[in-house]
Amino acid sequence: MTADGGALSVLNEGHDLKRRDLGIIAGMIADGSRALDIGCGDGALLDYLVHQKDVDGRGIELSQAGVNSCVAHGLSVIQGDADTDLAYYPDGAFDYVVLTRTLQATRNPKDVVSQLVRIGRYAIVSFTNFGHWRVRLQLLTGGRMPVVGDDGYAWYDTPNIHLCTIRDFSLMCEDLGLTVQRALSLSRSGVGRELNSAGAAANLRGEEAIFLLTRE
Amino acid sequence: MRSYKTMATPDLPNVDGAGAAKLPGFQVELARDMPMQLDSGETIGPFTMAYTTCGTLNADKSNAILVCHALTGDQYVLESHPLTGKPGWWGLMVGPGKPLDIDRYFVLCVNVLGGCMGSTGPRDINPETGEPWGLDFPVITIGDMVRAQALLLDHLGIDKLFSAVGGSMGAMQVLEWAAIFPDRVFSVVPIAGAARHSAQNIAFHEVGRQAIMADPDWRKGNYLKEGAIPKGGLSVARMAAHITYLSETALHRKFGRKLQARDAVSFGFDADFQVESYLRHQGSTFVERFDANSYLYITRAMDYFDLAAGHDGNLAGAFEATDVRFCIISFTSDWLFPTEESREVVRALNAVAANVSFVEIETDKGHDAFLLDEPEFYQTVSGFIEGAAEHRGLGANRGQDTK
Repeated sequence: MTADGGALSVLNEGHDLKRRDLGIIAGMIADGSRALDIGCGDGALLDYLVHQKDVDGRGIELSQAGVNSCVAHGLSVIQGDADTDLAYYPDGAFDYVVLTRTLQATRNPKDVVSQLVRIGRYAIVSFTNFGHWRVRLQLLTGGRMPVVGDDGYAWYDTPNIHLCTIRDFSLMCEDLGLTVQRALSLSRSGVGRELNSAGAAANLRGEEAIFLLTRE
Repeated sequence: MRSYKTMATPDLPNVDGAGAAKLPGFQVELARDMPMQLDSGETIGPFTMAYTTCGTLNADKSNAILVCHALTGDQYVLESHPLTGKPGWWGLMVGPGKPLDIDRYFVLCVNVLGGCMGSTGPRDINPETGEPWGLDFPVITIGDMVRAQALLLDHLGIDKLFSAVGGSMGAMQVLEWAAIFPDRVFSVVPIAGAARHSAQNIAFHEVGRQAIMADPDWRKGNYLKEGAIPKGGLSVARMAAHITYLSETALHRKFGRKLQARDAVSFGFDADFQVESYLRHQGSTFVERFDANSYLYITRAMDYFDLAAGHDGNLAGAFEATDVRFCIISFTSDWLFPTEESREVVRALNAVAANVSFVEIETDKGHDAFLLDEPEFYQTVSGFIEGAAEHRGLGANRGQDTK
């Protein structure tokens, strides 16, 4: 179902999704499965999964405005916090648990990832790679904290408190004893590259990464 | 164990006992062949349920929405009230093009068992004595109210509700629906509710009941037999309760310390302040439409409500393997049923991986916000109902395919 499709073919599937990581993630999720999207924002991925892939989809979102907008569009979303609310879900409740661009804002990323693979058969995590050469260059040449992505937060007002590189994340997964079923790095143009063979290069060239994880 | 039989009461039992008018809506006698078992161990039947409907039930009877009313509410959700003449209590929620769109759905609202607007309650005649039940009426629970509603659905031939929607005590009923009849309800919207009545809420109810019972005209519950009405006591009960439905901010905005039709305080105990005058008005109009013993029974039903109690204190046990779709809604300034109570329900539902949406609406209007104009609240219900309709196969045109 998921682990064997090429990066380009999965990219095509989610072409309605504006954010490049979401299109690839949608391609990893099997039709008719059960999925929980943590930090679902305005519900773009959920909406796509529910309506295009017949997924039994649920969401958790921290911002009340995001939740209200999702529910008003008929999506099953609750207001909640990845750090505190995942503990209430039973083991294996979902086929997929998705965490997109949210890990860096959690207080205990390691605990959160452990919860993801407990609740879901598969966990899908996407994050901004702070090992990207442009980020490294910002610090090296400018001597200032890198500002990454569309948000443009300064160091003093960013909600992102646990930033990591692809290598950092891989090591944490190793530490947790998780199996990386698939890992992709995304370049600026949105092209996904399988990560397994070229770790160091990907860590330099990938602006963003997507991991598909299982407990074993 | 006692068995309670009640007489059909096709006419409106008037508060003052003088004359009776036909109730708008419907009344039906249920549990005629077999009395209904109550949580107290007693049985009741036959008994009468009074209800109103709007919209049209479709051919496969799949578009029915049950609206459950709050403590002092009734079945006049959209129709104007026969005693007060006021418009229906939830016109913002129910109507053509409203979240519960009667052009698409068949909306049903039932006066609760133990109530005083045509469903059997303590003010009706006990056939054994020929006199009003008074305190001989059996104690009713939220579960009993719901089982009585289910008998009404049997009578109407509706196997499964598309949705059950209610605020406050109505939220208790819809949660009970999901817990005891998960196969008979597709979705539920519990608003400003909880899975159990808190100690603080029981305390407020006890104040109200003591006010009624302290009124000499209550006559140990026999006031109807003796031609009295405990107006003072019931009115105080309503005044105290009404404060809990608002918020400090809302009270301040509405009244502040403004004086009532005077330039200075009177150095006496008249209603100097507008807020006093308002509460007195709330109290005195309430006694015109509500029965004091009903107030005792229904507040008691809320006090006894605790969904987890039947599952060793584990609320999730009440919703094990449920297929019901939930939309839980709370209001930020509601201190009677605070958000945390709703969140507890959400956590229990997450523990059984139920399909749940949860929205907290930002408002300073307190508990009563669910009856007021809060656009985001109605958008939420609208979106949830629309999403549920999609999953239930109730398209935009399905509601009207039969008369």
